[in-house]
Amino acid sequence: MISVQNVSKSYGTKKVLDGISLEFQSGRTHVLLGSSGCGKSTLLRILMGLIPCDSGSVRVGDLEVSTEKHFEVARRVGYVIQEGGLFPHLTTAQNVALVAKLRGWTPEKTTERLESLCALVQLDTSVLKRFPKQISGGQRQRVALMRALMLDPPFLLMDEPLGALDPIIRSELQQQLKAIFRKLGKTVIIVTHDVGEAAYLGDSITLLRKGTIIQHGTFSEFNAKPKDPFVSRFINAQRIPEVGAP
Amino acid sequence: MRRILFAICFLLCGAGLAKSKAVVSSKIFTESFLLGEVLSQIIDSTGEAKADRKLGLGDTAIVYEGVLNKKVDFYVEYTGTISDSLLNDPSLRSVEEIRTALEKIGLTISEPIGFNNTYAIAMLRKRAESLGIRTMTDLQKHPELVAGFTNSFIERVDCYPMLQTVYGMDFGRVKGLAHGLKIQALLQGEIDVTDLYSTDAKIPKYDIQLVEDDRGAFPKYFAVILTRKEVIEKLPRTWHAMRATLEGRLTEKTIAELNARVEVDGEPIQAVAADFLHLDHKGNTYFDTLWRLTKEHLFLVCLSMLFAIVFGVLLAIVARYYRVLGHFILLFTGMIQTVPSLALLCFLIPLFGIGVVPALVALFLYSLLPIVRSTYVGLVDIDPKLLEVGRALGLRPLQQLRLIEMPLASRQILSGIKTSAIINVGTATLAALIGAGGYGDPIVTGLGLNDLNIILQGAIPAAVLALIVHAAFELLDRVVIPKGLR
Repeated sequence: MISVQNVSKSYGTKKVLDGISLEFQSGRTHVLLGSSGCGKSTLLRILMGLIPCDSGSVRVGDLEVSTEKHFEVARRVGYVIQEGGLFPHLTTAQNVALVAKLRGWTPEKTTERLESLCALVQLDTSVLKRFPKQISGGQRQRVALMRALMLDPPFLLMDEPLGALDPIIRSELQQQLKAIFRKLGKTVIIVTHDVGEAAYLGDSITLLRKGTIIQHGTFSEFNAKPKDPFVSRFINAQRIPEVGAP
Repeated sequence: MRRILFAICFLLCGAGLAKSKAVVSSKIFTESFLLGEVLSQIIDSTGEAKADRKLGLGDTAIVYEGVLNKKVDFYVEYTGTISDSLLNDPSLRSVEEIRTALEKIGLTISEPIGFNNTYAIAMLRKRAESLGIRTMTDLQKHPELVAGFTNSFIERVDCYPMLQTVYGMDFGRVKGLAHGLKIQALLQGEIDVTDLYSTDAKIPKYDIQLVEDDRGAFPKYFAVILTRKEVIEKLPRTWHAMRATLEGRLTEKTIAELNARVEVDGEPIQAVAADFLHLDHKGNTYFDTLWRLTKEHLFLVCLSMLFAIVFGVLLAIVARYYRVLGHFILLFTGMIQTVPSLALLCFLIPLFGIGVVPALVALFLYSLLPIVRSTYVGLVDIDPKLLEVGRALGLRPLQQLRLIEMPLASRQILSGIKTSAIINVGTATLAALIGAGGYGDPIVTGLGLNDLNIILQGAIPAAVLALIVHAAFELLDRVVIPKGLR
């Protein structure tokens, strides 16, 4: 379980997060939804221990998160960002295996893990020898997911993972992600501004605006009992695709 | 790759340090070069030590400094210069007095090797004979003659003003002339009288007569061999051979003729020196010399670059992580670059003396800026998202630096090193001015002798080396820069 207690964060005079409290149940997929600048990516960074919060506390599993402990957070949490964030000087295999190499895995163990991850994300093993700039956006995102899953962490945090992809690839990957999450049973938090994606992937959805939580619940609750006119406005502003029903 | 680099540097270090040697130096004019070569050949033919020629090291002060710092063992100096400029005591008149003063600081001189290279008044022989002028006293009786002197001769108290005092000399017209124009003016009859050094190569060439200084008015500039007492104790046979061969043997006429053979006829210095000593001149072939210069030059470039790369990259990393300190690092390395390279070399002489060490330090300092700056820019320009991903993957700061930041900045780092190396190859030619050798040696000698051929023997290899360095780095780009970044 990931729990967030009364977390606030400001950049200068601008308040990005204002007293956020949330709980993310284990084994479920959670979506942080909101328009850009609402504080959702900042919250994710605080959860990773990459930046400090001004007040409040965060727990990931049994660990009290702080920036000093981001090494320990990294052992428990896989992290994927928009466009993958792959290191351009390493092959995709080297990108995925980087953390394993630092932990002294044997080549056999590494190769075995790489192959099973390729199978999981449906990536051809020939892609492993290429450099990030030589493969497609969808492939890059799959490789980034493999890298996050390499050490089999119980938690997975994804910041707009599909944001830069064209619609066909995007919907294809959404389906794959949903299957993977179900299969692995990890605790997943996805940040997105896409209502359809949130509805399709999220077991629970949290809608943020200007650093505060507007509503937390399932998509049907959002539809049936919007807590604020903004909820309906936000949802109806985007056309929900057919596949959107959970 | 690294091992090979170390091996190369090690070999070059070895090549840079010779065994038992006697270092001979000279100042930057023909006569000094020539006498330096004569001393070197005496050393080699005596066989007690091997002559290490650092000829054309620089001005009086630099060569003298070299003797004091044990970087130079022998060179030919003039008594007047020793008393007036080096010991700052013009009251020392005789050779004995000067020697006694020098021995107090561990130095000594030989007896005069013959000639007195002082100021002299010169006329065309025909003109002097027709007027019956032989001595200054005779000359004083002809105030109608036109004199053309260099400006410093007109102004120095021991020159023209002194002639006026001692002889009552008073020419009706005195023209100030550049050194190079005096002989021409004399030959064309525009002037009748001029000043020259008494051993000037043009004296025998143009049938010029020196007017005898019959009252001994000009200061004495007897040529003597200057060395340290400990050198004589170490190499007694060599010292004996030098004195036996040279003392009292080189008259003004002889040295002027030898100077003329080099300066006017363009004969090689080695050959003229050997001829004078009646030695068989076995000159080094061009390629022997080139190989020696190449070793010296590469030694300077490689070693200074090695240090510059290590320190430059480290400084850039520090600058990247500590902003205030970084600001000062960039400012400081930038400031070094604004010091003209020649001035930088000279600043270092009081600290490190002359020779290889100050040259290495100067080249090292000079090579820093391009490396520091480009490494810094390379590190700062890395996409912050990638650094965040590195941290999110749990990389420790040093792992992040080694595995992510350095490879990502490798292209800029290498381009900084390349710029630095090419500048270094060129700047290293200046090292010859402080006795560190390399391709600058023939350039300095050639400038001293005004001989374009000799200059090109250093300038062309230096240019070729710069091109080779450039090409080598193009290849190195392919090895060092990760494939994914190309």
